Amino acid sequence: MADAHTAAPHGARSHLRHHFASLDAQKEAASLGMWAFLVTEVLFFGGMFAAYIVYRALFTRAFEGASNLLDLKLGAFNTAVLILSSLTMAMAVWAASQGRKNLIILFLILTIVLGSVFLGVKVIEYKQKFEHHEVPGPHFVVPEGLPRQAEIFFSLYFCMTGLHALHMVIGVGLLTWLILRARRGDFTVAYNSPVELTGLYWHFVDIIWIFLFPLLYLLGRHTL
Amino acid sequence: MSRAAEAEPAEPREHYLNAQYGVRSWLLTQDHKRIAILYLIGVTVFFAIGGVFAALIRMELLTPPGDLFQSETYNRLFTTHGVMMIFFFMIPAIPSVLGNFLIPLMIGAKDLAFPRINLLSWYLYIAGGLLALWAVIHGGVDTGWTFYTPYSTVYSNGYVVVTAVGIFIAGFSSILTGLNFLVTIHTMRAPGMTWMRLPLFVWAHYATAIIQLLGTPVIAITVLLVGAERVFHLGIFDPRQGGDPVLFQHLFWFYSHPAVYIMILPAMGVISELVTGMARKPIFGYKFIAGSSIAIAVLSFLVWGHHMFVSGQSVYAGLVFSILSFLVAIPSAIKVFNWTATLYKGSVSYQTPMLYALGFIGLFTIGGLTGLFLASVGLDIHVHDTYFIIAHFHYIMVGGTIMGYLGGLHYWWPKISGKLYPEAWARVSAWVIFLGFNLTFFPQFILGYLGMPRRYHAYPPEFQVLNVMSTAGASILGIGYMIPLVYFFWSMRYGKPAPANPWGATGLEWQTPSPPPTENFPVTPVVTREAYDYQTKEEPALG
Amino acid sequence: MSAPDGHRHPTLAAYFGVFAALMALTALTVWAAFQHLGIWNTPLALAIAMTKATLVALIFMHLLYSPKRTAIVFASSVMWLVILFVITLSDYLSRSWLPIYTR
Repeated sequence: MADAHTAAPHGARSHLRHHFASLDAQKEAASLGMWAFLVTEVLFFGGMFAAYIVYRALFTRAFEGASNLLDLKLGAFNTAVLILSSLTMAMAVWAASQGRKNLIILFLILTIVLGSVFLGVKVIEYKQKFEHHEVPGPHFVVPEGLPRQAEIFFSLYFCMTGLHALHMVIGVGLLTWLILRARRGDFTVAYNSPVELTGLYWHFVDIIWIFLFPLLYLLGRHTL
Repeated sequence: MSRAAEAEPAEPREHYLNAQYGVRSWLLTQDHKRIAILYLIGVTVFFAIGGVFAALIRMELLTPPGDLFQSETYNRLFTTHGVMMIFFFMIPAIPSVLGNFLIPLMIGAKDLAFPRINLLSWYLYIAGGLLALWAVIHGGVDTGWTFYTPYSTVYSNGYVVVTAVGIFIAGFSSILTGLNFLVTIHTMRAPGMTWMRLPLFVWAHYATAIIQLLGTPVIAITVLLVGAERVFHLGIFDPRQGGDPVLFQHLFWFYSHPAVYIMILPAMGVISELVTGMARKPIFGYKFIAGSSIAIAVLSFLVWGHHMFVSGQSVYAGLVFSILSFLVAIPSAIKVFNWTATLYKGSVSYQTPMLYALGFIGLFTIGGLTGLFLASVGLDIHVHDTYFIIAHFHYIMVGGTIMGYLGGLHYWWPKISGKLYPEAWARVSAWVIFLGFNLTFFPQFILGYLGMPRRYHAYPPEFQVLNVMSTAGASILGIGYMIPLVYFFWSMRYGKPAPANPWGATGLEWQTPSPPPTENFPVTPVVTREAYDYQTKEEPALG
Repeated sequence: MSAPDGHRHPTLAAYFGVFAALMALTALTVWAAFQHLGIWNTPLALAIAMTKATLVALIFMHLLYSPKRTAIVFASSVMWLVILFVITLSDYLSRSWLPIYTR
């Protein structure tokens, strides 16, 4: 394992923890650990996808109608923003593998900006829902022409996109921490696991949205 | 009676217990062995709390009328008993105490893959437990540990959300433990420790980790949805909004059935070690036991609907779940056969760990067979929600898991504490526990079959004799549990110092002193022998 | 043991190529949603989403360059989801087969 390329200003500080036989073993374990964590995230969101599948099968008309009330332009825009943020995240990981500190920071900042744009759009969308009485609960008004089970669609919409947004917020927090570490010169060719692992997390959150977008925003457009 | 016991010189030696002193060195430790002790304290406290509520239940059930507590209060008693025992004792106990302590030792590693995450998982466990305890102190929850909707989301006036959050946090602790074990077993085995040389205790925890990772997140999201429904009126399970309460049951049991295998697989792993160690014979059918552990983990996810036969679930789905439930019994039975075959013509020593192992095999078999009765849809409809079910799962969870836990605690106590426990007292308490347990729960099979419903605090007078027997048994069982508490503490100060390998067993954990040094092995071992290689009597090469 | 991940990386061209593909597929899925394809609307949308997810996983998440074990671990989570979906849905869909449930 090439430690000679270390560009870290504080020289040969080893990131090897005492219980690992080698830096390679440590990286292997860290990577497997993050993927195992993503497995739990798949099942975590999966429970809500299961609820979605059941209710969509039972109340197709209500779901299609309610879905058409979502703002497709904002949803599609957000999808593009998130895909772009995945690219900038991948670039950050690439830059880290090259030990190029300024590029790492640049791409991390871009990713945060794009993530924040996504969250800002979500705030706008949620606000619209409040104004149109589409938030489930005591103030919900069944939209014109739709069965009352439209409320379940909106319950799932808020739960699924809400949990996704929470993951994005956590992601932005992680990226901020990475920027602070990058500024300290922590990431080198030899050691850049934190960037890589955070990248895995960010891409995963993107994958969740890749499924949320068609399932929530697009499912009823063919009835229009 | 003791075998191959070489007395260690009585000079002070540095090991993980005395390497550092002070509360901070314990609360900020990253040593898997210390974290195991922290868990030991935690699970013991929660077990005691759950036990107190069991005592209250049994006291109420001494007489037919519901005269000790109001119905509402009784509901909170059995809910608290269930929540405390399942989420804060049964699920964490063996993995987080014995698994944490032993897995790195058994594979020749210095620690788990992620020591800081290990410590975090303990803090999450304590936080979740304290939150649930807070709810209990303020009156608790009355929904049953199963939280069925719409009662839990709409009508219950207990602290549902607080308890649900406590369970959520504890679930995260369980996930992190499983993640740590999975990665550790994959990436940190010593040179020569191939998969097929791993102790079966490790295989059992690997299978358990699979369940923890794949199942726990689903209950996590389910309790969050219950909370969202209660707080934000997001009615996913509310029929008034078109929701289906049975969907809650699907999501709940998708985890909670595999959860029972989280509770039993580690105990089975312990039994595999006890049986081979105390009979001094290679285990019969190593590959079958290892494979059965994985098979149980996989099949456990396919049978959850057998908790829902009377819920309104489709009959056809019920039939499929029924057949699959019969299938999942097969790997468990294979293990019982293999343990028995291991004992056959072995040099069996009837010391305490073996007593617990034998108790496990017998009681688990009874519990498991009654599970087959319950897998038959027709029979289940008759005994669903009766004491038959309660007896069934207590035979497995207490007669099985708790016996496994106690057997393992005794077997590895010399390694963990560096002291020997008093064998005579240990045997007495094992017998008291065994007899008390059977007196408590066998009458409940009969009660259930005769029709006494569960979760009721009043019952027809003709059931009183059996109930009195059960309560008497519970008192004896309670006493039985307290005896080890006393002598384990006693042994820490007054027990004989333990040699490295008091049982003369195979396994890397016995090749290091009792108690082990903080880094486990001064030199990383190289493994050249198969597991349970009792034919040759030399020690494996170290370094 | 298997090679640790990170020694081979996608090229910059691969990253940008995947990005372009993801954008194109997003446009495709939006367009396809408005077409009247009967029962094929949903399978098509899912197929596009799965393609996008696969591209992200293989290239952005380096799954193509990781040990096989990683792919097995991740695939198992998807398999488990399928178990949850299929069996739960089979309950709901088969309830009407017996005329004892009123719906």
